[in-house]
Amino acid sequence: MDAGIQIDNLSKSYDDVHALKNINLDIKAGELFGIIGPDGAGKTTLFRLLATLLLPDSGKLRLCETDVVDQYKVIRNLLGYMPGKFSLYQDLSVIENLEFFARVFNTRIADNMDMIHDIWVQIEPFKDRLAGKLSGGMKQKLALCCALIHQPKVLLLDEPTTGVDAVSRNEFWQMLKGLKSKGITIVVATPYMDEANMCERVALIQEGEILQVNSPAEIVDQFGKDLYAIKSDDNYQSLLDLREFDHTESVFLFGQSLHYTDVRNDFLIDEIEDYLKNKGRLQLEIEKIKPGIEDCFMALSVKSDQHE
Amino acid sequence: MNRFFGFLKKEFYHIFRDKRSMLILFGMPIVQIMLFGYVINTDLKDVKMAVLDHSKDEYTAEIINKITSSGYFQLTENLQHLDQADAVFRKGEVKLILVFEPDFGKNLIKNSNGNVQILTDASDPNTANLEVNYLQGILQNYNVEINEGRPVPSSVQVKSRMYFNSNLESVFMFIPGIMATILMLVSAMMTSISIAREKELGTMEILLVSPLNPLQIILGKVTPYLALSFINALVIIGMGYFVFGVPILGSFVLLMAESILFIFLALSIGIFISTVAKSQQVAMMLSMFVLMLPTIILSGFIFPIRNMPVPLQVISHIIPPKYFIIILKNIMLKGVGFEYVWKETLVLFGMTIGFIVLSLKKFKVRLQ
Repeated sequence: MDAGIQIDNLSKSYDDVHALKNINLDIKAGELFGIIGPDGAGKTTLFRLLATLLLPDSGKLRLCETDVVDQYKVIRNLLGYMPGKFSLYQDLSVIENLEFFARVFNTRIADNMDMIHDIWVQIEPFKDRLAGKLSGGMKQKLALCCALIHQPKVLLLDEPTTGVDAVSRNEFWQMLKGLKSKGITIVVATPYMDEANMCERVALIQEGEILQVNSPAEIVDQFGKDLYAIKSDDNYQSLLDLREFDHTESVFLFGQSLHYTDVRNDFLIDEIEDYLKNKGRLQLEIEKIKPGIEDCFMALSVKSDQHE
Repeated sequence: MNRFFGFLKKEFYHIFRDKRSMLILFGMPIVQIMLFGYVINTDLKDVKMAVLDHSKDEYTAEIINKITSSGYFQLTENLQHLDQADAVFRKGEVKLILVFEPDFGKNLIKNSNGNVQILTDASDPNTANLEVNYLQGILQNYNVEINEGRPVPSSVQVKSRMYFNSNLESVFMFIPGIMATILMLVSAMMTSISIAREKELGTMEILLVSPLNPLQIILGKVTPYLALSFINALVIIGMGYFVFGVPILGSFVLLMAESILFIFLALSIGIFISTVAKSQQVAMMLSMFVLMLPTIILSGFIFPIRNMPVPLQVISHIIPPKYFIIILKNIMLKGVGFEYVWKETLVLFGMTIGFIVLSLKKFKVRLQ
């Protein structure tokens, strides 16, 4: 069986919100695929549709060559789903939670140890602790174990790393890579752009529309412009000033610096420096940098806004 | 089957690890029985009374003796003058004053007519009425006694007997009512809350995505409460029998079978509530207002249905505990068999089926 996912012209709206607009997506079997977008972009809706929890307004959804709407009962056996909110029983211990999910899927922990072994060894020392008393990272590991206990063909993870510290996030992604080697199709939603690089391919999604589907490297390559990081004594004032600048294509505040692109392909950095100096900025540092996924995302979302 | 037992085990963990659930399940029935059995008591016992005896002869002494030895009244004060009555009532201790006329004994012998006056504190009218009735009853008995063997100029002698509860013990009335209330509350509220909790915490999302079907989820939720409610029913009947002496004249097996039917009904109402309620709080509020109040007020538990205004009488027909209370009273106090309660049983059975069908229809296999 091919454990891929095909989504054709999928639309879903709630009362007055158009959550997903004509989504098309083809996820290959065994792929580690990222759905990347800010809060409210429609990620959770997409996951719930894939997990048979919602019905689409229109469009087709196929998972493992099986229709998600008509044959939802079949799908539910093939699927490992981890919702965004921690959804295990907080008043059950780690081992009790795992045992429960094993029994629900008519299987035993021992039979599936090879699948979860790498993750399980990390939480085994706490197996008698109540799930509600685990740290955020531990909770996610347990949830992952529970989602994997029945050897699913497809694993859907809705924002598994939200609210988890940086070290645990990194560990979590390493685990996913380990799972991928076992041949499971993994779809991960995340609002963190930096996590895109961990995926083989990503879909950038915003306001219910997919901006682009590509490998992280290609998305970055397509950026096509020179990107500059600008630091000064007052980043916010520089931002306002650069928005007034004649040659500005885009300028965004990114943490400690501004990311700037110019409409011209050929120009001197000094020009920008002089402009900002005249505006009274001090301690100016301007350097050319490599664009990240987030820069691409911003550029794409601006483009799609103009399109409308 | 393995799935189902896994689910059951989890449910029992939830119940036994939650102190509040345990308290509601096992603390509440006992506390309620004690409250209704001992505190809310409409029987008279040791009512404090005073006597103003203008006669002070052997007859008044004998009457006073009879009254105080009845157990209903307790003589606390002897008044000297009628003016004191007002002050004594105002103090609040004494609820009733018995006044004998001067030369009570003489009048009784000579004119065969002795007069007494009963004064009561009617700030609590029901009790005042009851006290007067009891006292009159004692005096009536005395009348009969002193007239024994003498020809009485034609009078109607009333001798009443209270069937099924000859001492008019109010606890006989409360035990069936409490049983209905508690089984309703425990079964319906606890199941609806426990299903709503899964929705609220997001675990329902995972259960839905799992291969468990709605029937398995519902049965898994219901079975623990069925077992625990059954234990509750046994505790209530046991306490009624051993602590308050409420008899079980009819078949115990029939009584238990009817209880199980009622528990099933309450559980199916609980499931129905949970299909409507999205959060634990809503589930609790719904159970409280939709179930608790009607169970206590409109079921005939405390207030007789025939005294209600017609619209409320109509509503009382759709209150399930009403039928259960009728069944319980019939079996426990009258000792009748199934042939006398089959109509009520049928109503409960029909309601159960109705709610189960409704719940299964409303139970969503998806989130929306």
